[in-house]
Amino acid sequence: MLIVLVKSAVLLLVVITTFAYAMLFERKIMGWMQLRPGPNRVGPWGLLQPAADAAKLILKEDLTPKTADPLIYRLAPFISLLTAFAVYAIVPFGANGDGSPWAIGDVNAGILFLMAISSIGVYGISLGGWASGSKFPLLGAVRGTAQMISYELSMSLSFVGVLMLAGTTSLTGIVNAQERVWFFIPQALGFIIYVITAVAETNRTPFDLVEAETELVGGFHTEYSGLRFGSFFIAEYVNMLTVSCIASLLFLGGWNAPFGLTMLPGIVWFVLKVGAFMFFYMWLRATLPRFRYDRLMTFGWKVLLPIATLNLVATAAWVALH
Amino acid sequence: MRKQLFNVGAILQGLGITFKYMFARRPTIEYPSVKKQHAPRFHGLHELRRYADGKERCIGCELCSSACPANAITVIGAENAPDARVSPGERHAASYEIDELRCIFCGLCEEACPTDAIVLTPRFEMADYRRGAFVYSKDRLLVPSDVGVGTPPDERPNGIPADLGRVAEVKSTMNVDRGYSATHRGEVLKTERKGLAG
Repeated sequence: MLIVLVKSAVLLLVVITTFAYAMLFERKIMGWMQLRPGPNRVGPWGLLQPAADAAKLILKEDLTPKTADPLIYRLAPFISLLTAFAVYAIVPFGANGDGSPWAIGDVNAGILFLMAISSIGVYGISLGGWASGSKFPLLGAVRGTAQMISYELSMSLSFVGVLMLAGTTSLTGIVNAQERVWFFIPQALGFIIYVITAVAETNRTPFDLVEAETELVGGFHTEYSGLRFGSFFIAEYVNMLTVSCIASLLFLGGWNAPFGLTMLPGIVWFVLKVGAFMFFYMWLRATLPRFRYDRLMTFGWKVLLPIATLNLVATAAWVALH
Repeated sequence: MRKQLFNVGAILQGLGITFKYMFARRPTIEYPSVKKQHAPRFHGLHELRRYADGKERCIGCELCSSACPANAITVIGAENAPDARVSPGERHAASYEIDELRCIFCGLCEEACPTDAIVLTPRFEMADYRRGAFVYSKDRLLVPSDVGVGTPPDERPNGIPADLGRVAEVKSTMNVDRGYSATHRGEVLKTERKGLAG
């Protein structure tokens, strides 16, 4: 029990620090891509910027609109935050020599837990937007819900392909099944679908219609300020980290070293893969404009879903024939 | 629709461009720590100059005030006392005020001045919290006599200078008096300007 608590505390600290620096690096990388230096005033190379941002968010006034539903309005950010962190209860980061994973809990049905928790996450967005009692947040919440349903479907289907190849729903088992071939090679289509749906799942550009600063003034979190806004913000980045972790666990071989380069410990490879994914999301954000809403839906239902289904059927046939 | 959705090539091209720009040279000048060097003829804060002997160049003629399109300059002239001359001429400026909030930094005052007394320096950092602080009177405009005589206006070359607008070094011309007749210089300037206008 105590060990679990200590593990959780350490992991929470690691995830929050990663969030803080992911945010800094996103601003830096976006800056470089837009020919700006990015934040560089607070501390050397801007490294204390996350601390300054945190202090600012904590000190800001916590506003609640008159028309808001006070209880749900106050609860929503924490639903987002809690679900974002809950995923890390089962995410393994590496394995000991005997195959036991570095994770708080090694759940057999890891992927199911993951999908369940990430689906709950959207409640934070839709409740927050609805309880704000304001038009832009409501529009953002409606978009968020619709988008989440459309893309989660294709995402789940891309998971199933991996499940069939690995023959297990345990995340550790899936990583172990990738010792010879990483699943992004046999599941190339599934991998592409996952990458696209993961962007939509985390509500990031080019699928950030939930926030859409230019049309919805921030969407679901328009009315939020201070620490409550901060909670949504943390949740977004932690979710980004989560989908990056899942991508490396399910498709990029987790902590397996590529080309037999085993001189580096598994955790280093895992961190590198997650880092590469995080960079990819930042890169996308600096490159692509936002989708139009109807095109987002068309793309989800008429393009991604059929392709994901096709991929699933093909994988099933392949697995059945072997 | 189909074309737009499947235009993966364009997306990859875009990703390539942003990736390339990540390593491109950034044009940012990190202002408070690094300052841009302005063109030599940059129009900034005004300065009232002195002659080499310490006397004020301003003779209180108010030509700058009448030339000013923004009505930013107020000059009150007074007679020089024969035993304590402020300027070499008959008169001097008893009070000289420029409202830098009204000023449009066009430099017409500098052009109008027959004695090259009022010049625009390259200094531009005059932010303040109070509006009143932007009315500069002689105590802030006039070069202190122990500092020097002021920044002479730059030589206007014939035609448009090749480096106009380019980042160039600000010439430090403090403590230098060109020593020629201001009136003559003014005339030369006007002729050149006419030549430019055709």
